[in-house]
Amino acid sequence: MKKMSTFANFKIVLLFVACLSLVLMFASCRQENEMTTCDGQGKVEVAQDMTGQALADALMDQWTREHPDRDWMAEEKQRHELKPPADNSSLLQGGQAEGNTYGQPTERDLLIWTRETEKFVLEGSRIFHSADLLKSTVSVSCDMCHPHAANTHPETYPKFQTQLGRVILLRDMINWCIDNPVRGERLKPDDPRMRALEAYIMAQRSGTEMNYGKH
Amino acid sequence: MKSRIKSIETKYMQQRRDFFNGLKNMDRRSFLKVSAAAMGAAATSGLLAPNSFCPVSVAQAAGSSDSNVSFRFAYISDSHLYEKKVNDRFVRGLLRAVEDINNLDPQPDFVFYGGDLAQLGQAKELDIGAQILKNVKAPLKMMVGEHDWYFDLGQKWQEMFGQPTYSWNHKGIHFVTLNSVVERDFWTKHGMTPMQRMMTVAGLDNGMQSSFTVGAQQRQWLKEDLAGYSNDAPIIVFSHSPLYKLYKKWNFWTDDAEDVQAILNRFERVVVIHGHTHQLLTNRIGNIHFHGMLSTAWPWPYAPEGMPELTIEMNRPDPFNPNDGCGDGEVHVHTDGLVDKIYNFWNRKPIMVARDYTASWGKQSIPLKPNLASY
Repeated sequence: MKKMSTFANFKIVLLFVACLSLVLMFASCRQENEMTTCDGQGKVEVAQDMTGQALADALMDQWTREHPDRDWMAEEKQRHELKPPADNSSLLQGGQAEGNTYGQPTERDLLIWTRETEKFVLEGSRIFHSADLLKSTVSVSCDMCHPHAANTHPETYPKFQTQLGRVILLRDMINWCIDNPVRGERLKPDDPRMRALEAYIMAQRSGTEMNYGKH
Repeated sequence: MKSRIKSIETKYMQQRRDFFNGLKNMDRRSFLKVSAAAMGAAATSGLLAPNSFCPVSVAQAAGSSDSNVSFRFAYISDSHLYEKKVNDRFVRGLLRAVEDINNLDPQPDFVFYGGDLAQLGQAKELDIGAQILKNVKAPLKMMVGEHDWYFDLGQKWQEMFGQPTYSWNHKGIHFVTLNSVVERDFWTKHGMTPMQRMMTVAGLDNGMQSSFTVGAQQRQWLKEDLAGYSNDAPIIVFSHSPLYKLYKKWNFWTDDAEDVQAILNRFERVVVIHGHTHQLLTNRIGNIHFHGMLSTAWPWPYAPEGMPELTIEMNRPDPFNPNDGCGDGEVHVHTDGLVDKIYNFWNRKPIMVARDYTASWGKQSIPLKPNLASY
């Protein structure tokens, strides 16, 4: 009975360390000295007597080696400045929201909305700045003509695109650019890369008045 | 009795004759072949009806008399070459510029290359650039840009073209070429490979890099180089980045610009001609007159803030014409050392920013305003 209790304590300690690192949890423990990292893919061999911080560090090391892109959002933001999404802190004021769709949002909710939105937009930034992700056959990426998405003017669509002789949306112009200067593969309207590119371009024009039809 | 109705063929031949006669008159301004090439390109791309020979004229305001021009030089800049097998569009851009310049009649005294010959500083990119530039008939002067430098920190470029910082005298003007793309080491702390460093600098909007500087060493050199010249000596300086602070986020900026200006501002007349910005750009700070150069590869948008008051922007480029907003140009140096700066757009009328425009702080010889503004 006493032995069982020690083992349970050991598991709790392990769980605690994993939570603290906010990265790790142990999916399984198939052998005494092999552990699986939280993504279910990485495996790490640890000495049987390794416990506590040393064990957490070993697992963290392993996960870090296997995930060089782990901080991709922060890195992408550092590389390519992003306009922040709207500040929703006013939603925390007042008391009438209870019961409707929004319920009573907390700061945590607002943080989730911001992070998720930024993630979506930053994926667009990554594609926008990468000839490889755009599958360009001539090493051309969007930012080469549109640094920080300048001169993409999403607020002017829909408009009659004189050179094409028809009314188009931003995504049509994105595909035109992918077709021509980029010489990549056209994207379907619901392609996650098209959605991400649209998101990034629109996010970068935050604060600009909508002005459809403007030339 | 002659018919008063002319056939389409007759009208075509007449318009053609008038067109070429018109061009002959422009020969004095050295635009004959340039304009003919531009017209040819426009006509073949279907922009003009085949029988419509509209005369091309230089959008030149009054007040820049040729008689005060002491000599001319031409410029080519920012070709951003990849290897031909990777991307031949930029290679064709440089070829076209060389052809433009070689067709100038009379030939310019020299041709200045404004930097960013290569896109990623690769030996093969610099090699193809050098091969194309070998065909320039007039003497060639080279300047380095960040795209040439940050793969091997200038090793290959210097092997091919020599020191990036130098000066010379020509017909009473003292010319100086600087390397204004010196960046503080940002790569070591990130453990970047040479290619990662190059890719970081190659991204105009990449915030991981540092700012451009001329640096203390070159500033000292500049001070010593200019020491023997009196305040009324005309000076023309070339720098890749503008030697002022326009927009830091795109490095349309030189971090120690004030220190460089402090060395230059004792002179009564200084002209600074820079690359990097790929657009028509005009500024004046004290007695220093600044002009940008066009790219042969692609135009950049104007910076969202910090635009100099004297700049009359060029039309927003048309993405459907890959040459629009690109080009090369000429500089007409007046006897007093100030210049008419000519932007030879490949898809548009050339624009001259006359000596009198900056000399009068924008009051005289005002260039035409754009129809299509920046967003």
